[in-house]
Amino acid sequence: MTNLEKYTKVFEELFSVSTQEAENLKYQDIEAWDSVGHMGLISALEDTFDIMMDTDDIIDFNSFEKGKEILAKADYGVEF
Amino acid sequence: MSRIWNLEQYAGRTALADEYGNMLTYDLLKAEAYILAEQVGKRCLIFCLCRNEIGSILGYVSFINNAIVPVLLNSHLEKELLNDLMDAYEPVFLWVPKDQVGQFPGMERIHEAYDYVLLRTRYEKNYPLYGELGLLLTTSGSTGSPKFVRQSYTNILDNAQSIVKYLELDESERPITTLPMNYTYGLSIINSHLLAGATILVTEKTLMQKEFWSFFREEEATSFGGVPYTYEMLDKLRFYRMNLPSLRTMTQAGGKILPELHEKFANYAKEHGKRFVVMYGQCEATARMGYLPYEKAVEKKGSMGIAIPGGKFYLMDVNGKEVTTPNVTGELVYEGRNVTLGYAECGDDLAKGDERNGILETGDMAQFDEDGYYYIVGRKKRFLKIYGNRVNLDEVDRLIKGAFEIEAASVGVDDHMYIFVTDEKYREPVKGFIAGKTRLNPAAFKVLFIDEIPKNDSGKTLYKELSKYYE
Repeated sequence: MTNLEKYTKVFEELFSVSTQEAENLKYQDIEAWDSVGHMGLISALEDTFDIMMDTDDIIDFNSFEKGKEILAKADYGVEF
Repeated sequence: MSRIWNLEQYAGRTALADEYGNMLTYDLLKAEAYILAEQVGKRCLIFCLCRNEIGSILGYVSFINNAIVPVLLNSHLEKELLNDLMDAYEPVFLWVPKDQVGQFPGMERIHEAYDYVLLRTRYEKNYPLYGELGLLLTTSGSTGSPKFVRQSYTNILDNAQSIVKYLELDESERPITTLPMNYTYGLSIINSHLLAGATILVTEKTLMQKEFWSFFREEEATSFGGVPYTYEMLDKLRFYRMNLPSLRTMTQAGGKILPELHEKFANYAKEHGKRFVVMYGQCEATARMGYLPYEKAVEKKGSMGIAIPGGKFYLMDVNGKEVTTPNVTGELVYEGRNVTLGYAECGDDLAKGDERNGILETGDMAQFDEDGYYYIVGRKKRFLKIYGNRVNLDEVDRLIKGAFEIEAASVGVDDHMYIFVTDEKYREPVKGFIAGKTRLNPAAFKVLFIDEIPKNDSGKTLYKELSKYYE
C-alpha cells in the first residue's frame, strides 16, 4: 500500500467516509471529525507512520489536504 | 430589577469579547439585555439555541435578569428532538442564531441583536411558571428524554457566589470558553465570572484548532475548564510544553479524571505557578458541589475534594445511616442552597415548587479519608459519562430496542461504551444510531456481537458478566 493509500484509509475507517469524501474533508465538516475525532485521527496517523507530531502541527491540521502537507514536511518525512 | 447580576457596577469594563473583535461592555450588556427583555415583555418560557457567541450569552443574561425563563439547548440539537421538546413545553419565544432562522418558517421575527434573533412561536398555552423558577437545563447528555432540571434564582446566585469565593475570582479574570454554555459546567463559568466583573472570551473554536490558541494568546486568557476528555486532549497536544504566560487556572469537572492525568496536570501547575482545580458537581446542584483546593492537588490526587463554601457533604450507607468512619463507602449526599428544585418532564411541571428542600442524593458512591477529603469510587445507577455528558445505559438499551426491535445490553467505563447485540448485521446501524441520538462522537461507542445476552433465572440482565468481553 502506498503512503497516500494508508493515509486515506485512516480517514475512511475513522470517519466512515468514502475515498472521495475523505479527499475533500475538512475539520468539522462531519460530526465524527470534531475535537474528539481529531485526537483519534492524530493518534491513528502517528501509529500508521510511526511519527510523533508537534502541537503546532496537530492544531494546524484542519483538512485532508493540509494534513498531507504537514506529514510531508521534513520533520515527519512521509512521502506522498 | 436584576435577578442575578448587578451589571452596572462594572460599567465600562468589557464583559464579553469574541475572536472577531466584537465586544460588549457591562454597560452595553445591561442596555442590550433591557431592550431584548422589553421585546419579550412578560415572564414566559423561551427556548435558547446556544452557542459560545456574544448574542447567545446576551440573551441568557437578559432573560435571567428580567425574570423570563430560558431553556438552554445546544444549537446543534437534533431537529426531531427539538420539535418534541417544543411540543412538550410550548415556549412562547425562541432565541436562535441568525443563520438558523430558516429552520423555523412562519414564526414572527421580533428582534435581532448580535447575530441572534427573537422569534415568536405559535404556541398559545403559556404554562404557569413557579415564581422562583429561573432556568431549565437538560441533564448533561440527554438521549432524547424531555427531562429538564429546574433551577431557581437562589440556586444560580448562591452557586455562582460560592464559585467566586473558592476560586477567588475578580475583575482581572479572563476565562476562555471551552465548554458549551448549555452544559451546566460551561454555564457556571459564565455565571460566576459575570458576577465577578471579569471579561469572558467567547469562542466556538475547539482546543484542537489553531484559531483557539491564537485567540487565547492575543486576548491573554487566564483560565479554562475541561472535562476529563479535555485533559486527555491537552495531554496529547503536549500542553506542558506550550508557552501560555497569561494562564493562571485550569479547572476540571464533568467526571473523574484518570489519577495519572490528575498528577501530571497538578505537577505542571505547581512547577509553572498555576492552579489546577479538580471539582465535582451535577446539574441537579446547579453546577458545583465540591472542589479540591489547588494547594492539595498533588497531595490528594484522585480526590474531588471538599464541599464548596455554604455546602455540606456526608455519606449514607445502605441502611440509611450516616457513615462516620474514613475509607468506608456510602452514597454521597449534598446539602446546600444550590440544590435545585427538582425535574420537569412536561409543561405542567413548570408550576411545581421545591421538591428537594436543599438535599441531594447524588447517586455517586464515595469515601472520605482521614482528612475529610472525598473520593468518588462508583455509581449507584447505570450511567456513564461520555466526554463529560451523562448517558443512561438503560435508556440506551431502550432506545435501541425501540428503533430496531432487537435486544441490546450496554455497559462500559467512562468515555467507552460497549453495546452488545445478538445480531451481527445491526452492529454498524446501532453505532450510528446511538452516536446520532446522543450527538456524541461515534468513537465512544463500540457495538459488539454476542450469541446470547447473559441473564439470571428471573430474566434480569447480568451486566457484570459482559465485562469480560471488553476488559
